[in-house]
Amino acid sequence: MARTLITVPPTARAGEVIEIRTLIAHSMETGYRPGADGKVVPRDLIRRFSCTYDDGASQQLVFGAELFPAIAANPYIAFSLVATASGTLRLVWEGDNGFAQTETVAIRVS
Amino acid sequence: MRPASPTRASAPVSRWGVLWVLLSLWGVAVMAGAAAAAGPAAELRKSGFDFMGPAIQAMQRDDAQNPGMLWVQDGEALWNRPAGQNAKSCATCHAAARSSMRGVAARYPAIDEMTQRPVSLGQRINLCRQNHQTTPVLPPESQDLLGLEAYVAHQSRGLPLAPPADSRLEPFVAQGRQLFERRLGQLNLACASCHDRSAGQRLGGSLIPQAHANAYPIYRLEWQGMGSLQRRLRNCMAGVRAEPYAYGSAELVTLELYLAERARGMLVETPAVRP
Repeated sequence: MARTLITVPPTARAGEVIEIRTLIAHSMETGYRPGADGKVVPRDLIRRFSCTYDDGASQQLVFGAELFPAIAANPYIAFSLVATASGTLRLVWEGDNGFAQTETVAIRVS
Repeated sequence: MRPASPTRASAPVSRWGVLWVLLSLWGVAVMAGAAAAAGPAAELRKSGFDFMGPAIQAMQRDDAQNPGMLWVQDGEALWNRPAGQNAKSCATCHAAARSSMRGVAARYPAIDEMTQRPVSLGQRINLCRQNHQTTPVLPPESQDLLGLEAYVAHQSRGLPLAPPADSRLEPFVAQGRQLFERRLGQLNLACASCHDRSAGQRLGGSLIPQAHANAYPIYRLEWQGMGSLQRRLRNCMAGVRAEPYAYGSAELVTLELYLAERARGMLVETPAVRP
């Protein structure tokens, strides 16, 4: 289980633009680096990140990102979305070696 | 201590009076420096934070962006997880770290009553694991040890470093200071050569900070991960092409002690981000 830190405003007004900030622990090994034994450390990356907003009426992909070797370890991803109604955000990180991490966060819209 | 302007032995005879005054002034400065822990004068001290660019400063300030918080979060989970035969967790004895550990990291390294020797915070955690939890010690720089260390030190964030006024520590602080000022390695540099005498200048492209240990463990961008003060010290030793002291060695602990004394009163920043 990877460790994540997710920051979502506790409450939002309908129609307000809110910022979602995420941080996940991951080595983001590029596959180009030699290890202590001189052998190349195999690539191990998060390849894709997505955020789906379920506001009761529909499930929508509100943000997605592809990640590459140039992205540092423990990637920080921040993005904005329009809060329409109370619901949940589903954040998914997927990567090499079957890496998959799913987190859900509730957002309250008044 | 900032060295006074160099006095030359080849100064003309007519200027001997001036030279003598300079020398005696320098002597006074040296003695004043010896009484208090050396390093830059209190009002000239700057945390490594002040030497960083605004982007990395923002990264440290904002807990949502600071990757060190991942280790703090890890440490919190470990704090409450029972381990060993008696299924004791840190919280079994120490209760909530938020109150019981507040200010603790600011007092370390401190004397261990059993061995009568100074131990660093990481070593204290391992001693606790050994003696009270009866679990194997955590290897240096392991994820778990750094997590616990970061979690405990995080409870002191914003508090001034306050090394204990313990007379038993004094000889070790003095040893640490000697080590700090002793030249070593193929490059024949002492810690003080860069961090006392050339702080604020550049080494290659990087600014030389004043080497205040008020923010460890740190998340270092170059490491792409968390590291302890001992890792940082060993790094510098490898940098001057000396053979680094082993993790947990008495030398590294005395250096830690001297650095704590030297940074007395500076605010704890754990978990800090450094370039």
